[in-house]
Amino acid sequence: MTVETKLPYDKDYINEYSENRLEPEWMKSLRLYALEKSETLSMPKPDKTNITKWNFSDFTHAVDGATLTSLDELPEQIKDFLDSEAKQENLVIQRNQSVAFASLSASLKEKGVIFTDIFTALQENEELVKRYYMKDAVGIDENRLTALHAALMNGGVFVYVPKNVVIEEPLHTIFWQEDSKAASFNHVIVVAEENSSLTYVENYVSNNHEDETVANIVTEVIAHNNANISFGAVDNFAQGTTTYVNRRGVAYRDAVIDWALGQMNDGNTVSENITHLVGENARSNAKSVSVGRGKQSQNFTSKIVHFGKQSDGYILQHGVMKDSAVSIYNGIGKIEHGATKSNAEQESRVLMLSKNARGDANPILLIDEDDVTAGHAASVGRVDPVQLYYLMSRGISKMEAERLIIHGFLNPVVNQIPIKAVKDQLTQVIERKVN
Amino acid sequence: MAGSTLEIKDLHVSIEDEKILKGVNLTIKGGEFHAVMGPNGTGKSTLASAIMGHPKYEITQGSIFLDGKDVLEMEVDERAQAGLFLAMQYPSEISGVTNSDFLRSSINARREEGNEISLMKFIKEMDEAMDYLEIDKNMAQRYLNEGFSGGEKKRNEILQLMMIKPEIAILDEIDSGLDIDALKVVSKGINKLRDESFGCLIITHYQRLLNYITPDKVHVMMQGRVVKSGGPELAQRLEAEGYDWIKAELGIEDETVEQNA
Ligand SMILES: Nc1ncnc2c1ncn2[C@@H]1O[C@H](COP(=O)(O)OP(=O)(O)O)[C@@H](O)[C@H]1O
Ligand SMILES: [Mg+2]
Repeated sequence: MTVETKLPYDKDYINEYSENRLEPEWMKSLRLYALEKSETLSMPKPDKTNITKWNFSDFTHAVDGATLTSLDELPEQIKDFLDSEAKQENLVIQRNQSVAFASLSASLKEKGVIFTDIFTALQENEELVKRYYMKDAVGIDENRLTALHAALMNGGVFVYVPKNVVIEEPLHTIFWQEDSKAASFNHVIVVAEENSSLTYVENYVSNNHEDETVANIVTEVIAHNNANISFGAVDNFAQGTTTYVNRRGVAYRDAVIDWALGQMNDGNTVSENITHLVGENARSNAKSVSVGRGKQSQNFTSKIVHFGKQSDGYILQHGVMKDSAVSIYNGIGKIEHGATKSNAEQESRVLMLSKNARGDANPILLIDEDDVTAGHAASVGRVDPVQLYYLMSRGISKMEAERLIIHGFLNPVVNQIPIKAVKDQLTQVIERKVN
Repeated sequence: MAGSTLEIKDLHVSIEDEKILKGVNLTIKGGEFHAVMGPNGTGKSTLASAIMGHPKYEITQGSIFLDGKDVLEMEVDERAQAGLFLAMQYPSEISGVTNSDFLRSSINARREEGNEISLMKFIKEMDEAMDYLEIDKNMAQRYLNEGFSGGEKKRNEILQLMMIKPEIAILDEIDSGLDIDALKVVSKGINKLRDESFGCLIITHYQRLLNYITPDKVHVMMQGRVVKSGGPELAQRLEAEGYDWIKAELGIEDETVEQNA
């Protein structure tokens, strides 16, 4: 049996949706093409996780959210993401599918930096969006969900940093799904031109503990020659949201894309993070942490594909599983023929906190070149009783000792989150989820 | 009060059903420094681990009391809170937990809730102790023992000892792997704690450390028992003549615990 995946959103609906937003003709055609494709393409088949009964059809596609006149109007839960002492610049808050707040510093604007919601970008920077939208990173017709994403895209941001521009302060987006049925078909594009550098951080948050909805997100990150992108994310969709998220990077010559992903969803989740090291000496650190609880089923793929010579990829996945949560961690290092002197390293570790939790680490190395180095380490285990003993021998209680070990285990990613408030908030989410 | 008293009586300990300790008797009082010596494999670490409550070690007979309280009834953290400390021969490495966070949690664990050490005071005390032990300051922010050299781990154990200030400390091979300069620094740290209210059990299989820390009493362990006790002169004789004379005196052929006497 498969769940009914026929959607109430048809050709006429999409036509109207696109026209209401005054989208360029090519975007409307792209949506319609994608819709048609979605009818014949099959669902993605994540390794060892059966998603055939997951909800991908029950959601509300278009839900507006009110504009904020001041950030003080935000609920505490969202305020927690903001550094209270910082000037609230370089920040976009998307509420349901509307932009509730957007600010970009004058100095960055002057330098030609673009940081705006995707619909505004389609109006004001049409050619740039067209150049990158589902072209080099994620394809429309990879599977039914990528096609549906393209057909129903309903939010997201566009980030563009011109040649030689180096941005010190992070650009920050908060995607706040306030409405409990609102779906997120967000599309995020981050482009760093030659020799540029930026840090981008995004938060996803919702509170639909009972109502069901869908997040089908595509993020495309492009680092041109010698560009440097540091990408941080904390995903925190509530239990009712089924998530399919694709974060994909393309790094050209001497470029760096570093990922720090805090995967804290409470609902069923398939998360793919794939980086293509296309250019010579391109590099990526793909670090992610996750916590599973309740009856959650999750599937995480972290993959780096080496095309460029001397490209260097490092994957780190750390997961904590409790209750009867189930997670699969796929770590894939792939070295294509010709990518000589490349290095593909990966480490996947799963910590189980209860008998009924399950975690699988699948380290995979696919190597089609002789002159390379590669390595992997994977483990699935429980809190080490000897480590507990050591901490307790200093007077620390068992509970506190476990807490220290678990936080320590997730720290490689937490420490990498560049905005202090987001980092603290991730720590709090972890605290809430593991206790 | 002149410090605490740790009383070990007729202690028998097994690991995975293998009998290791076969009746150890030892009493350590505040103000006293005891040395336990003996070749490798004679049960010294087992004694230390059993006192602290290592999960692998099973007490099959005997008792341990600290100031009249039954240590064997206590969880590991309760033993520490009661005043026991063990500098381990092989300290665990704990990734992601900084040395300083760990130390602060340890100190606060022995304080009442609401009476935690202030961050300023903690940093000041840690800086002083690190200076005293000639420890590189960046060690505070490194992950607990992760990637530490053997010598760094030993110094870190003594740093914890100095900051936690227990009533009774057991130091298991705190001298192994240390060069002479490090040995002097570590000894200096231990000697600083010497007073009426602090008791110490120093486990070593070299007499070298005892040149810097003079023990009040020396015990020799073989085959999972204390086979001989004496004053500091016993350590000196061991240094000069080795262990063979004790074995001959007691008719022991194999001193390790495997050999059932
Ligand atoms: N973890 C262990 N598992 C099994 N046997 C052990 C273990 N640790 C120690 N032993 C046994 O106990 C004996 C005494 O060990 P130990 O107390 O470490 O001696 P010492 O510290 O005097 O060198 C060892 O020779 C070994 O046979
Ligand atoms: Mg030993």
